[in-house]
Amino acid sequence: MYSEKTPHDASVVTDETMIEMRDVHKWFGQFHVLKGIDLTVYKGERIVICGPSGSGKSTLIRCINHLETHQRGQIIIDGTELSEDLKDIERVRSEVGMVFQHFNLFPHLTVLENLSLAPVWVRGMPRRDAEKVAREYLERVRIPEQADKYPGQLSGGQQQRVAIARSLCMGPRIMLFDEPTSALDPEMIKEVLDVMVELAEEGMTMLCITHEMGFARTVANRVIFMDEGEIVEENAPSEFFDNPRHERTKLFLSQIL
Amino acid sequence: MTQPSQRSLVVKPPRASVGVIGWLRQNLFSSALNTVFTLLAGYFLYVSIPPLIQWALLDADWIGDSRNDCTGEGACWVFIATRFKQFMYGFYPDTEQWRVNAAFLVLACLTAPLFVERFRYKMSLGLAIICGYPFLGYILFYGGFLGLPEVETYLWGGLMLTLVLAGIGIVLALPFGVLLALGRRSKMPVVRAASVTYIEIWRGVPLITVLFMSSVMLPLFFPEGVTLDKLLRALIGIVLFQSAYMAEVVRGGLQAIPRGQYEAAEALGLSYWKNMTLVILPQALKIVIPGIVNTFIALFKDTTLVLIIGLFDLLGIVQQAFADPDWLGFSVEGYVFSGLVFWLFCYGMSRYSQTLERRLHTGHAP
Repeated sequence: MYSEKTPHDASVVTDETMIEMRDVHKWFGQFHVLKGIDLTVYKGERIVICGPSGSGKSTLIRCINHLETHQRGQIIIDGTELSEDLKDIERVRSEVGMVFQHFNLFPHLTVLENLSLAPVWVRGMPRRDAEKVAREYLERVRIPEQADKYPGQLSGGQQQRVAIARSLCMGPRIMLFDEPTSALDPEMIKEVLDVMVELAEEGMTMLCITHEMGFARTVANRVIFMDEGEIVEENAPSEFFDNPRHERTKLFLSQIL
Repeated sequence: MTQPSQRSLVVKPPRASVGVIGWLRQNLFSSALNTVFTLLAGYFLYVSIPPLIQWALLDADWIGDSRNDCTGEGACWVFIATRFKQFMYGFYPDTEQWRVNAAFLVLACLTAPLFVERFRYKMSLGLAIICGYPFLGYILFYGGFLGLPEVETYLWGGLMLTLVLAGIGIVLALPFGVLLALGRRSKMPVVRAASVTYIEIWRGVPLITVLFMSSVMLPLFFPEGVTLDKLLRALIGIVLFQSAYMAEVVRGGLQAIPRGQYEAAEALGLSYWKNMTLVILPQALKIVIPGIVNTFIALFKDTTLVLIIGLFDLLGIVQQAFADPDWLGFSVEGYVFSGLVFWLFCYGMSRYSQTLERRLHTGHAP
């Protein structure tokens, strides 16, 4: 349902480490959400994470930009280790873009203001420059004509594309997607996935939670399956879908495909 | 060219549902019970309104300078007219009253652009006024600078005092309230506990008690020789008291903002204060505009309580005039007048808040 172009595979993936997670644990109260996650993501990798709800996949990527705090283990993002130091957290956050299931655009600001807010107030970019960058990204997500509207006036698909553009305006080195198409009407999913495919083609390091298995097959170079707070299986998409090794993976795939 | 198919689409609504007759039938006489209510209400209006107009306008006396100019059939507005200056300025010296007028005129001119929708620098102008005007206001009202003689605050009174108390109260209670609301939702236990304690203590005490304490008890704790102006003490009391109320109003707005908004702003790298001032508060305050204005209106009317510590606000000075032997027995006119003035200001605030709500509406919530 999206373009058939495939990112020029291994060529964009380098051996430069972008994300390094070592034995990461996290509890919500007594509930053990993440049970020792080890994960290394290289620059240019596109990783799709899937798994049943409550498996901890959302928590995992939210730990990467410290929206959730891990309680044990290490997370190193592009050379910066996440600790309680606010400076480090803010630096990591300005390098890591995040797209949410429910878009989370700022309803009181126009599309253009949504996009230029962080470049102006976090990067200290002059407003004029920030708006110029914002318009370029709106062009890239193919809605330049909506710049002066408010988010409430846009469709879901348009809002999600604005949200992607908003993250890109900060020039992130890593993009996190938390079920970016789950809240969309079916006819709007394609327009969002198309933008994400383009992003992948440009060599962006991406972690994406999604159940769009077609997207995973063509875009990802690794698929990770999580269940009950653990990474159960990870493999190249063709292997993952055609030869799942683990029973739990087989069960999950049989339920969603 | 005739297009019968299109013409036939235009069907007029039934006559009984449009126009004056339709409106009346729908809204006033839709059922037997409603007809009874309509007739009762009509009778009540017929009984009360004409005599009121007769008393307040037709039979009223407007011109003169003593009670002898009043016939006594209607309202004696001569009482208000002769006392008007005092009701406006209190005991502020006649020769210096231009300063009060000038101060309010300057403020009106400065704030006027804030009400113009197309004016682009509202934020900067607003901040400039809040930072700069207190100095100008102090110089004009109190004096002691630039050759202006000092006018002690015990001479201040009437509408001018009401506006000073309410104005400063409103301008200060809102930011303090916002800080307290943020404090109450803080992740830091000490900040949260301090905010909760503050809010619960001040909200639990009547304003009269606060004013009384500020006027009578507070000076007992000051070291010898240190005095604090009575008006200033009352003001501090009002601001501390109202900011607790404001905090709870603002907290309601903060709670209405979905978690996703906080997270989206955090994920973009905005620090806590930038997140609050750029993303959360603009939305939260917009939601609670009705509550904020409600608190402002309450504050405006609560300023009348300063009477008990010997400050004469508008209502206080009107009541004080009833005791004048030359004007005994005109309290109704006095109360009607001061009530009308209070109503004008409060209604103005209410109307402005509705305009603001409409203007800030940006489509649907996230």
